[in-house]
Amino acid sequence: MLKITDLVHSYGSHRVLDGVSLSVAEGELVSVVGPSGCGKSTLLRSIAGLVRPSGGSILLGGRPIDRIPDNLAIVFQDYSRSLFPWMTAMSNVALPLRRRGLDRRRSREAAMAALDQVGLADAGGKYPWEMSGGMQQRVSIARALAYRPALLLMDEPFGSVDAQTREDLEDLVLRVCAHQGMTILLITHDIDESVYVGDRVIVLTRSPARVAADLEVGLGGSRDQIATRQLDEFVRLRAEVGRLVRGGSTTATTVLEQH
Amino acid sequence: MNLRSGGPVVPVIRSLGRLWLVAVTIAIWEIVTRTAEQPFFPPPSAILARMHELWFSGPASHLLLTDQALSDFGPSLARLFGGWLAAAVLGVLAGIAIGCSPRLSDYLDPLIDLGRAVPPPLLVPFFLALLKLGTPAQLATIVFGVIWPILLNTVDGTRGVDRQHLETARIFGFSASQRLWQVILPAAMPKIFAGLRLALSLALILLVIAEIFGGSGGIGYQLLWAQRSYLFPDMWGCLVMLGLLGYLLNSAFLLLERRVLAWHRGARQTN
Repeated sequence: MLKITDLVHSYGSHRVLDGVSLSVAEGELVSVVGPSGCGKSTLLRSIAGLVRPSGGSILLGGRPIDRIPDNLAIVFQDYSRSLFPWMTAMSNVALPLRRRGLDRRRSREAAMAALDQVGLADAGGKYPWEMSGGMQQRVSIARALAYRPALLLMDEPFGSVDAQTREDLEDLVLRVCAHQGMTILLITHDIDESVYVGDRVIVLTRSPARVAADLEVGLGGSRDQIATRQLDEFVRLRAEVGRLVRGGSTTATTVLEQH
Repeated sequence: MNLRSGGPVVPVIRSLGRLWLVAVTIAIWEIVTRTAEQPFFPPPSAILARMHELWFSGPASHLLLTDQALSDFGPSLARLFGGWLAAAVLGVLAGIAIGCSPRLSDYLDPLIDLGRAVPPPLLVPFFLALLKLGTPAQLATIVFGVIWPILLNTVDGTRGVDRQHLETARIFGFSASQRLWQVILPAAMPKIFAGLRLALSLALILLVIAEIFGGSGGIGYQLLWAQRSYLFPDMWGCLVMLGLLGYLLNSAFLLLERRVLAWHRGARQTN
């Protein structure tokens, strides 16, 4: 689905990505975790076609990314700068669908269905600034869902909401991901979160970023905020990812060393 | 939150409550002018009586407006709105183009700075020499005078569109025209409206100047003619009328702005 090979990017003489290679399979939720300022966002922006990387290749569905792909959606951390405050929630979700060849009525129906999926069936007529932060982020998730992208990118999507809302949103993403068979690449600096939501966790090193580890998360499909976090596997993985993010080495068995 | 919270009734009552100062001012004006008995300063009652006689004693079918009122205000208002609208269209179009294109803005910035530094009234003789006496020269004066706040505010608003809003639009496949109409224009709208409102009050000033210098008809011309004929109540009537006109235009524009930018006020209150 997504295959990144030896991705390199520098801003001037400052190298942020130093040969990042990773792949995401169809229907997988891969979380990318790394220390703050390690180049996670640059990685995501390269995949989205917003940044032209200095070197390496990105293949999405077998095709190289040379401009903004038309089958890709994004959920930004800062919902207030991503949702349009002059449109209702409904219009925010429905507008991108018009470009996908849906007429007015059908795009509103699809938008309604997506809002329903994120639990905002009654909030379509509200403006973003009439909603709480969590609700706004639900709207941007609904917008991404309705768009039915081949790949959904999420850039610290739960970084600006309170802890309770964060857990709700994590479960929401897991639920719709399973329901729609969505392929998701989620970027976070939160170690717990990367393990809790991911089918796989990719750990990046401190800047310039390389892949420190690519860990399979053996927690199965269904997760629970309390029970899952108590499992031995969860505790072990969280500790391992934590060590890696801090720049330590890891036990050899779980690491698929970067070539 | 309701977009129409408050409704139109509450502000009306509130502004009526503030009107007592206006009444007191007019009363003092009346007393002072009656005591002074100067022909140059007729009392407000005389001014109002003259205004009524000149302009507002017409048939009910014409909303009480006299023929004189139609011939005095009609052309003036047409010039005012014509000039303002033309400046708005030109200013917003050029402003968006300049705001979106750094190269265009590099080329045009010095010209714009030069153009807006010229005091617009000084251009009346220039436009009179260049164009025909009357409406064309007057329109040109208004357009040239009021376009700057519109243009500069539009450029500013366009440049200030949040980068992430633009990136969101690109990622979700908005076409160029969708980006313009659904993202750039709405985002720049608060700034554009500020420019338009400034331009509207400027347009009234320039209208009067243009009519005084190069006029044949219109309220500015009427003002000059009354002054030269020593018809002081007429002259004062024109001044009061211009003041009222400016006040009404601004109020009407604020109402429009409140409707169009309801989202902006809401967003600002919550952030």
